[in-house]
Amino acid sequence: METRVSSPAKEVIIGDGQPTVLIGERINPAGKKKLAEALKAGNLEIVCREALAQAQAGADILDVSVGTFGVDEVTLLPQVVQAVMDTVDIPLCLDSANPEALEAALKVYKGKPLINSVTGEGHSLAKVLPLVKEYGAVVIGLVQDEEGIPKDSERRVAIAHKIVQRAEAAGIAREDIIIDCLASAVGADTSSGLAVIEAIRKIKAELGVNLTLGASNVSFGLPDRDLLNNAFVVMAVVAGVTCLIVDVAKVRPIILAADLVLASDKRARRYIEAYRQHHKQ
Amino acid sequence: MAGDLVSTLADLKEKEALGIVQDRLSAGDDPLSILDDARRALEIVGKRFADSEYFIPDLVYSGEILKGITDMVKPKLAKAAEVKRLGKVVMGTVAGDIHDIGKDIVVFMLDVSGYEVYDLGVDVPAQKFVEKIKESGAPIVGLSGFLALAFDSMKETVEAIKAAGLRDKVKVMIGGGQMSEEIRKYTGADAYGKDAMAGVTLAQKWVGAK
Ligand code: B12
Repeated sequence: METRVSSPAKEVIIGDGQPTVLIGERINPAGKKKLAEALKAGNLEIVCREALAQAQAGADILDVSVGTFGVDEVTLLPQVVQAVMDTVDIPLCLDSANPEALEAALKVYKGKPLINSVTGEGHSLAKVLPLVKEYGAVVIGLVQDEEGIPKDSERRVAIAHKIVQRAEAAGIAREDIIIDCLASAVGADTSSGLAVIEAIRKIKAELGVNLTLGASNVSFGLPDRDLLNNAFVVMAVVAGVTCLIVDVAKVRPIILAADLVLASDKRARRYIEAYRQHHKQ
Repeated sequence: MAGDLVSTLADLKEKEALGIVQDRLSAGDDPLSILDDARRALEIVGKRFADSEYFIPDLVYSGEILKGITDMVKPKLAKAAEVKRLGKVVMGTVAGDIHDIGKDIVVFMLDVSGYEVYDLGVDVPAQKFVEKIKESGAPIVGLSGFLALAFDSMKETVEAIKAAGLRDKVKVMIGGGQMSEEIRKYTGADAYGKDAMAGVTLAQKWVGAK
């Protein structure tokens, strides 16, 4: 299954046998006071700097979220998307829980974007799926519903089925659906990491869709977060995840190593190139 | 001779802590003094967490041990405390938010300070608060929340209380990580409490005034 997203000059292919696609998570004000303040003041300089830094760190796609208290996402999201497009020419992932903000961003976007996200909740499916269809985008489906984020893998799988079914009924091709199994903090519940890995395996086998993961959540509230994140992303990729929403500068090295071991880096071109780059500096 | 409950619980030694509680109860020690030690231990846990010495699993674990202790102490407490129940409080973490460690501490502190607390749990819809206020007749409501989205849930909860015609029958306090006086104004609540002690002080002020 191949999922294609694009910016004016660049197409990115997500799929098995391809190198793992890295989606930069850092344009997101949650937990970042400075960025949140700048966004509220309409100052987009930090955003552009962050976009450039992530692209240079090897991000294939950039997630763009402006959701924070006191911000009008409907006005701000398209502005920030425009500013990022003017800074880097790689595909974007338009990130908001507000369908109106998503539509406003879709109107200014050039190319085929990712939309982050739809959930298994009735109101979300009803509002977001028609936008995905109308604008020819790719949608990320989060496996949560009216009852929240599932604790076990079974309910995650069931919600994934529901989202795929509803999306296809709305005329969206299966390759334009990506499922996010929702990593939760292992610090709060030490069995939650395993539930996610199991869900990834089952959804891959039963639905064949591409899968993503906002992976950094797994280490929330624990020391040595990078260590945990790195262990987790490798397991996720082995289980079937084909793109990751992560802090690219930190996660790319271990993913290049994993891709090489898993035969998606022929003749180790990417792995060695990164090594050379690193040692030139 | 029983060891020191405060340091044992603060160091998260579950078995030892429960053993000390058992010994003290058998020796006829005052249940309230046991709970007071537990409260002091939790303050230390909170401080270690703030200093990045403890992490989330430590917080969760301290809550579990605390629950074990309360379960042992409660039966002995019931008789003594019933006489001096000061008032009723409805507490919960608001809709969309599942953080309960801070709320549980507030519930615990109100409980041991002599209040009858109706704990509605986490992710509590506004309507559930309203129903419980009606049913219990509690004059005090405590809303806990840690997420930015909780600001709106709190506001909606206060509005729902108003819509049900109960606004002038209850005092509403809010608290939790991100909350502040500014957020209090936004939500329309009566007071903001920065920690569990502040919650108890507010409750005392309000039942005293009534
Ligand atoms: C523990 C924790 C979790 C645990 C919660 C476990 C549990 N069972 O509660 C888990 C891992 C599940 C979790 C999940 C999430 N979390 Co969290 N979490 C925290 C953390 C690290 C500590 C909060 C805590 O419990 N502190 C301990 C208590 C005891 O401290 P306290 O606040 O001082 O409590 C006192 C007062 O607040 C007061 N008080 C509390 N309630 C009330 C009520 C009244 C009436 C009164 C008077 C007083 C009062 O009394 C307490 C005792 O003295 C904070 C970060 C931080 N350092 O604060 C993030 C934090 C709150 N979480 C955050 C986020 C984003 C999330 C998630 C969305 C993460 C994710 N991406 O999945 C999810 C949300 C899930 C949901 N829907 O709620 C953000 C919120 C950001 C925002 N602006 O929205 C924070 C601030 C982290 C951050 N910097 O990004 N989280």
